[in-house]
Amino acid sequence: MKPAAPPPTGKPRLTTSAMIASIAGEGQKTKPAPFGHALVEVAKTRPDVLGMTADLGKYTDLHIFGQAFPDRYYQMGMAEQLLFGAASGLAAEGFTPFATTYAVFATRRAYDFIHQTIAEEDRNVKIVCALPGLTSGYGPSHQAAEDLALMRAMPNMTVIDPCDAHEIEQVVPAIAAHRGPVYMRLLRGQVPVVLDEYGYTFELGRAKTLRGGDDVLIISSGIMTMRALDAAEELKADRIGAAVLHVPTIKPLDTETILREAGKTGRMVVVAENHTVVGGLGEAVAGLLLRSGVYPAFRQIGLPDEFLAAGALPTLHDRYGISTAAVVSRIKEWLSR
Amino acid sequence: MTDRAPPPNDNGFVPLDLDQLREMARINRIDVADMFAAAGNGHYGSCYSCTEIMTALYFSVMRVDSRNPERPDRDRFIFSKAHAAPTLYSALIRRGFLPEEWIPEYETKVGVKLMTHQSRRYQPGVDASGGALGHGLSVGAGMAVAAKFDRSDHRVYVLLGDGELHEGSIWEAAAFAPKHKLDNLVAIVDRNRLSVDGRVDEVLPLEPLADRWKSFGWDVAEVDGHDLEALVKVLDVPRIGGSGKPLVVIAHTVKGRGVSFMEDVRSWHFDVISPQQDAALRLELSEPLK
Repeated sequence: MKPAAPPPTGKPRLTTSAMIASIAGEGQKTKPAPFGHALVEVAKTRPDVLGMTADLGKYTDLHIFGQAFPDRYYQMGMAEQLLFGAASGLAAEGFTPFATTYAVFATRRAYDFIHQTIAEEDRNVKIVCALPGLTSGYGPSHQAAEDLALMRAMPNMTVIDPCDAHEIEQVVPAIAAHRGPVYMRLLRGQVPVVLDEYGYTFELGRAKTLRGGDDVLIISSGIMTMRALDAAEELKADRIGAAVLHVPTIKPLDTETILREAGKTGRMVVVAENHTVVGGLGEAVAGLLLRSGVYPAFRQIGLPDEFLAAGALPTLHDRYGISTAAVVSRIKEWLSR
Repeated sequence: MTDRAPPPNDNGFVPLDLDQLREMARINRIDVADMFAAAGNGHYGSCYSCTEIMTALYFSVMRVDSRNPERPDRDRFIFSKAHAAPTLYSALIRRGFLPEEWIPEYETKVGVKLMTHQSRRYQPGVDASGGALGHGLSVGAGMAVAAKFDRSDHRVYVLLGDGELHEGSIWEAAAFAPKHKLDNLVAIVDRNRLSVDGRVDEVLPLEPLADRWKSFGWDVAEVDGHDLEALVKVLDVPRIGGSGKPLVVIAHTVKGRGVSFMEDVRSWHFDVISPQQDAALRLELSEPLK
């Protein structure tokens, strides 16, 4: 067999499958499998912690846990209803299962099981899901554009959207210590490390200001906080001061911090999320501001209410307005009006 | 309500003998009728097909303790066909978990403790809430795995409707349980052959049902689901030294059993009862069933 031809000069051609593995930019500092390693650390002192997966151990980094604790690792097969039902049964008996699959399969296929056997019974199950929002180029079957809307509509459910490896390492012990069901969006593979430079520490239920700025306040979660921080840096060149408020806990929302930051006069509020504009952080913040009588200029950056295309992820992030360049250009446009 | 036996005492509870079980099954049907009379309607057919199953479990087979409902080594029971919850309520009341005074309040107003489907939030002694069919076997399999993990000798019983077997999730759990050699798990199928819209096997075929379970790796027992003696025998699986396989008991039952005008009548899955019908029902239930 002939070896594959080297890529033509310049940037390698982006492919769909390449983007399943990682959302890291070129040359970005990363850590491998932060969720898997963090869970192993937690499990060393917590014999109640179990790992369960629906044939996606490898693609949710749970295989790291499976290698470290083979007798506490349950391979459930491609059976998401069973995955969450059995997790409920194990939680009923005092175990703390971390159940992993892709976000689409948990939130769409197994919704009723999570709703009834986990949330309604307040079972201590941690649902950890890869490919949240638009982090797959595979098209709508794998793009969980609405996962936050679905999960935050569920009573008893805590919903977390971490930004990077630094945060995931802190979220895992925090949700293991928290009593109750949790939905955590997972970044897996080589995961960017960003927030360490901001002296950031994760606290369940707390939003944190990562940088100040007088012209615009970007309220963001998940990978969009990474984009917001990059965008804020770029906006400096246009003498636009952009503050970034990171909101990793989508539910329960840190209403106090959001209201305090959004209530400061003279700043446009832009909520940026890797999620459809329907029912996610944007509408959660909008509802909060309206109910509280806080009326800043308000804009939303998020995925459009449509079935998204398949393709290379950077291209899709540009097309749907959640790349750093798209965030910069839209904020400049909104502020110039 | 004077025709009821006093609740048995958990402190040294002695399993009922066959005559006592038959009387307890009669009481269960009357309790259910009292609840439905309070509500004005109910799932009569679905309840009366599993009366003997519930009686055998709670008054002979299962280790439960009303003074310590969360006792770790209790046998677990998951009532997956939860629309027949009043049969469970009666069993829990007669075993002393719930007060008898709740019976006339069933479904009468928002906030009462006994509603259409059982809920762990309101009723001590309930191991899993219910209402959405297809959930129970997965939850029970999880509990059975936990028992194996903890090396506890308790058993996990899951009562399924036969129509419920249409749910694909049942077969996800059916594949899982033999993998983990869950011989502490017993699934009971209330094979009354009727669902909301008609004959279960016309709605969607289940047969050959026993072969289906066997092919998944389960031990299969078939039993007359109204024969208390046979039920006790088949349900009382060994606590240790089992077969290494989960057991499914296909209990052949009659929907509405014990009330002649309800037996095998589809509309009595759920219906409103008239005062005349209620009187006729009580007359028929004045003696234990033969």
